[in-house]
Amino acid sequence: MKIHEYQAKDILRRFGVPVQPGKVATTADEAERIAQEFGGPVVIKAQVYVGGRGKAGGVKIAQDPAQAREVAGRILGMDIKGLTVEKVLVTPALDIKEEYYLGVTLDRASQALVVIVSAAGGIDIEEVAEKEPEKILRHVVDMRWGLPPFQARKLLAAAGVPSVVVARGGAILSALVKACIESDATLAEINPLALTADGKVIAADAKIIIDDNALPRQKEYAAWAEPEEANPLEFAAKAEGLTYVKLDGDVGIVGNGAGLVMTTLDMVARAGGKPANFLDIGGGAKAAAMKKALLFVARDPQVKGIFVNIFGGITRGEEVAQGIIMAQSELPVGMPIVARLAGTGEVEGRAMLANAGLTWGADMRDGAQKIVAEIAAKGK
Amino acid sequence: MSILFDKNSRVVVQGITGAEGSYHAKRMIESGANVVAGMTPGKGGQSADGVPVFDTVSQAKARTGADVACIFVPPAGAADAIMEAADAGIGLVVCITELIPVLDMARAMTFLKEHPTRLIGPNCPGLATPGAGKVGIMPYHIFKEGRVGFVSRSGTLTYEVVSLLTAAGIGQSSCIGIGGDPIIGTTFIDCLRLFEQDDQTDAVVMCGEIGGSDEEDAAAYAATMKKPVIGFISGRTAPAGKRMGHAGAIVSGTSGSAQGKVEALQKANVPVADTIFDIPELTKQALARG
Repeated sequence: MKIHEYQAKDILRRFGVPVQPGKVATTADEAERIAQEFGGPVVIKAQVYVGGRGKAGGVKIAQDPAQAREVAGRILGMDIKGLTVEKVLVTPALDIKEEYYLGVTLDRASQALVVIVSAAGGIDIEEVAEKEPEKILRHVVDMRWGLPPFQARKLLAAAGVPSVVVARGGAILSALVKACIESDATLAEINPLALTADGKVIAADAKIIIDDNALPRQKEYAAWAEPEEANPLEFAAKAEGLTYVKLDGDVGIVGNGAGLVMTTLDMVARAGGKPANFLDIGGGAKAAAMKKALLFVARDPQVKGIFVNIFGGITRGEEVAQGIIMAQSELPVGMPIVARLAGTGEVEGRAMLANAGLTWGADMRDGAQKIVAEIAAKGK
Repeated sequence: MSILFDKNSRVVVQGITGAEGSYHAKRMIESGANVVAGMTPGKGGQSADGVPVFDTVSQAKARTGADVACIFVPPAGAADAIMEAADAGIGLVVCITELIPVLDMARAMTFLKEHPTRLIGPNCPGLATPGAGKVGIMPYHIFKEGRVGFVSRSGTLTYEVVSLLTAAGIGQSSCIGIGGDPIIGTTFIDCLRLFEQDDQTDAVVMCGEIGGSDEEDAAAYAATMKKPVIGFISGRTAPAGKRMGHAGAIVSGTSGSAQGKVEALQKANVPVADTIFDIPELTKQALARG
């Protein structure tokens, strides 16, 4: 789960990382009041879940409250990579002398968290990794004790930062790793870590991603959930407990098991169709769950037909058929549905669908071809 | 010999008194697997469908000689269950549980590095050796005894492809579902190594998917193998940056794409099936070439 910069800074502050004071505004009036409170120049930063906010014009300096109002007014409502800016962070401007990168992220190959440090901060770290890999230091975290401060200092010294940054940055990096572990984050980064003209070492920007699987025990952060993507359907799906990804096409897909659903998307594409979504209903789904999944897929106005592909082990064919029949009366009139079910209850399910006048696919390929053909026929 | 699991394996089911654990323990027994013990803290001394239940895995191992553990413990306690099995000296641990917090798994893997235990999963359907039985949740009736090894990251896709192989008359030596999480105990390359050494396996079918680089690593090893490998990659139509159901199934930037994996396999002379329907034919061709 992504969280906003101001929330990430809030977490880091609790672990002792120095961050600028800041307040969130949802209107230009509020931004002006906050700027007044702080006095002096402020930075207005769009709070959206994408990188590259600065380049997109979502981060601006305002010299005084009046300008803060004007700048916030421009940024609020702005579209950044498909997301509308609904909040801005207002924070006192820093006089930054140098910028560094501190990060900790889950590394699949190491099967552990990996700390990444670079003296080249403030820019896209993946770009640095690609163009100047020698400027990046990596260290695999021992999951038993995190990153002791001495190791953090050692890394920073090796990265070639000034000694004041080795000392204060070391404590910050050690705290960042602790924050990452205790918050169940898969990514926690400070970019940039700023050395200011008056000698302060401070987290000027922060990003944290929380592991979705850990949300049941990270209840406070779970409550911060907001639509992560430009598409509201994905957010609604999450709230309803559905594993759903919105895609660009018009063939709705419902299946069981991630690998099978992915393969179904590939098969539909191969049959000349374009999948509208990924939806995994999981194992053992009953009729009610099938109905709910179908109705959810049909909420996407692009969907012109639905392909249901189930490998029945603990999922039963009668339940799938029953769910489809139940959903039919609430789906748009005449929307083609093709179902394919292998395994348990296949014969019974097929008979039920035949009685209801619905199409049955003999296998995944046959079903994919049938739904693509039915959608095409209806379009004529 | 098949790999990892055979007729002599003795299974302890962790979480046997829960709904999932009790249902699947029965199915495992039906498959012929030797389920010798169950384990649920607080239920020691009870019996679950005739299987004695213990409070700890150590007790279960001491009393029954269990050497394989199958875990159906809910996500919050699953990593602990893995470490408990390793601590008890269980050689093979199969963790079915999905939705385990990933840092719990990172800690569990650190623990496992100091124990001679192999972990399969988590978030996996388990494994099956046709003729000997299964550990996990795979529908056992789809299998047929034979000489083709099978390894996949997915559950239901495994069932689809195994059904196709069986229908084409191609039997299997062992089938392993390694799991869809970003951190898993046993990877493709581990399974390929085991199948390469197994004298009852003549060829290996490997079904990968987007995310990570395990398929690429396996491809490099497959190039050095004596036995033929047949590949399939799902998620060719998955957009970058979207997690496709499995926590590990995500293309990040240029890493983990289906295209990259297909190319790595082809470069290693592994034939890659365009659709799952091509897998039986490619397998027959590979077997014919020997």
